[in-house]
Amino acid sequence: MQFGQRLPSPATQGPETGKALGPYLYPALAWCLGVFLLLALPLAPTSQSEAQAEPAGEIATVLIGYLKQEVKRLIPLSRLNVEPDDLGIAGAEIALKDNNTTGKFTKQDFKLDIERVPIGGDAVEALRKFVESGHHFVLVDAPAETLLLLADSVKDQDVLLFNVRAPEVSLRQEECRANVLHTAPDRAMLADALAQYLVWKQWQRWLVVKGVFPEDLVYLDALHRAARRFGATIVEEREYKETPGARRSDTGQQQIQLQMPAFTQGAPSHDVVVVADEAEIFGPYLPFRTWDPRPVAGTAGLKAMSWHPAHEQWGATQIQNRFQRFAKRFMLPLDYQAWVAVRAIGEAASRTGSSEFAPIAAHLRSDELELAAFKGQKVTFRAWDGQLRQPIIVAGPELPVSMSPQQGFLHEYAEVDTLGIDRPESKCKFARGGE
Amino acid sequence: MSARRLHIAVTALAGLMFAGGPAAGYTVYVSNEKGNSLTVIDSTTLQVLETVQVGQRPRGIMLTRDGKQLLICASDDDTVQLLDVSTRELVGDLPSGPDPELLNIHPSGSPVYIANEDDNLLTVIDLPEREVLAEVEVGVEPEGVGISPDGKVVVVTSETTNMAHFVDTETNEIFDNVLVGTRPRFAEFTADGTQLWVTAEVGGTVAVIDAKTRKIIKTIGFEIPGIQPEYIQPVGVRITKDGAKAFVALGPANHVAVIDAKNLEVEKYLLVGKRVWQLAFTPDDALLFTTNGNSNDVSVIDVPSLKVVKSIPVGYAPWGVTVSQD
Repeated sequence: MQFGQRLPSPATQGPETGKALGPYLYPALAWCLGVFLLLALPLAPTSQSEAQAEPAGEIATVLIGYLKQEVKRLIPLSRLNVEPDDLGIAGAEIALKDNNTTGKFTKQDFKLDIERVPIGGDAVEALRKFVESGHHFVLVDAPAETLLLLADSVKDQDVLLFNVRAPEVSLRQEECRANVLHTAPDRAMLADALAQYLVWKQWQRWLVVKGVFPEDLVYLDALHRAARRFGATIVEEREYKETPGARRSDTGQQQIQLQMPAFTQGAPSHDVVVVADEAEIFGPYLPFRTWDPRPVAGTAGLKAMSWHPAHEQWGATQIQNRFQRFAKRFMLPLDYQAWVAVRAIGEAASRTGSSEFAPIAAHLRSDELELAAFKGQKVTFRAWDGQLRQPIIVAGPELPVSMSPQQGFLHEYAEVDTLGIDRPESKCKFARGGE
Repeated sequence: MSARRLHIAVTALAGLMFAGGPAAGYTVYVSNEKGNSLTVIDSTTLQVLETVQVGQRPRGIMLTRDGKQLLICASDDDTVQLLDVSTRELVGDLPSGPDPELLNIHPSGSPVYIANEDDNLLTVIDLPEREVLAEVEVGVEPEGVGISPDGKVVVVTSETTNMAHFVDTETNEIFDNVLVGTRPRFAEFTADGTQLWVTAEVGGTVAVIDAKTRKIIKTIGFEIPGIQPEYIQPVGVRITKDGAKAFVALGPANHVAVIDAKNLEVEKYLLVGKRVWQLAFTPDDALLFTTNGNSNDVSVIDVPSLKVVKSIPVGYAPWGVTVSQD
């Protein structure tokens, strides 16, 4: 299997090339160059004048921004999981095409401008420029602390931010902001989706292994909450402290083969090993190497996610094909999260027949929003915390295994609200009327 | 006048033929999406006559107006296959464009209108010549194709754009667009041509549209006790020729809704197999066949009594269904 090959176009993809496991990312040079050129230009200097110049009754333009705060990331254990340079951005771009195809018929036009803020750069200033040039809807691809700075910097202005990346539960709880909608699922939703499947499968006894990073501990909290809610038992929690043998060193593979069984040895009886290791320090080494022959789930092995490149239910084949033709790589969760944000704006614009901020923003938050997003049911935003209400895919590396909510986990109003923070337990206080 | 008399005579004869119950055996064709096959059923005995291997992922199917060939959207083969119904052998292809899902045929017998889900196109094909006449750019993920009985208007629904696009068959140009419920999947004109019914899978509704003014007369919703609303996903819709009743397949709700097509109220829900996709009447409107994608069977509904009388095991993941005229 050659990892370096370009992704075959879906139209010509034969059965054998379809099985190619490796190419989660194909740095498509042409596309990257295109993005680069776009960035080399000053930030949409003509946008505002365009928006204002349009005569009444003619085509109206909705300006959307994509603000990406670059961050330094650890190199993942598997080179399959290196982030493509256009991750998220390509999802927003393909949604823009979808919006504009619809816009042809509704006489609406959508424009997407991308701003990458370098490490140490001023994201707040970048957002200010976006707003100044008429971008009222801005996708934010940034860590949680940056998102909060951005949200507070445009407080009380006609600006709506879409959190497409940050999974922190706190952003939907104590730290929620009224001007942010979240298309990224939070850790609570992801843990609940996984837990429902594990419990449905009767794998109720979990051996939890955890890393030492703060992200691992907050995911661990979500796992504890999910176990309590759905009736699983954590038989032991084990912390991974050592530095595993480097994969690239000549003896790395052999060391890991000895380390992982030893690490999982002597645990109480368990059905599944659940990993909390978001930075991928050791988690991906666990499948096939545990002391007891047990499946691995969590941040490695069987994972919960908003999207999987092999998800083909509910018409997803079409978007996967469209995306692959366009981006020359597979569609990943962040691409989907950006796609949903841009499509939600488009849907609200076509339903309200408006290109103005207020009606679109109101429609996005209302019960009227019915966005088809390849999940077998409409997706909407929760009134109490701005979180996208969506079914979550539970998948192995190559194929989806299931989609949560699982049947049998009942809810008073909507089964999908068994995933994540439900209204009664919400600590979010942007409290809008009698919601 | 003589032509009129002849017409009456033929109608009377037809009436006689059907009066003795379902003696006239129609042939029912079912496409099996994952089985890559076609199940052939006799409407009198309700027995499977034959299973024919066809192209990959067969979905929408329809008989030519002369009844001699069956058109099969082989979605994963990017083609529409032609099956000779007398020999049940594949005899050719239409240049459908990529990923054909549903099609319809002009009342005159040609052209064929095909929704290319992957390409945002409605492809218009001359059937005898097997040539593309036109490609009409429509919304994102076109799916359902309805044709007015007079052949003047073809309607295509686009699932992500959420519209019914009205295309003039003379010019092959869109002359109107109607926003409907989310993820519109199927469009069906009433036999008198006055109304167009469009199902919305994710919206969970059916829009009844006045064909002349193109305004929505009513959006019909569904409610089944004990079934969560998100499982109600309308897909196929068929209306009896007399305009009395409409039947709507509700997908994973595993029911077919019966609607009084005069006052547009839901009358009844009939339990069928799992994930019901498409529907087809026998020409006398006496029986309705439903494809049940997740239970690999076809339910048979007796239309006068509104009872499900039989379920027939077919291939893997049945999707499309159509019935011969004789």
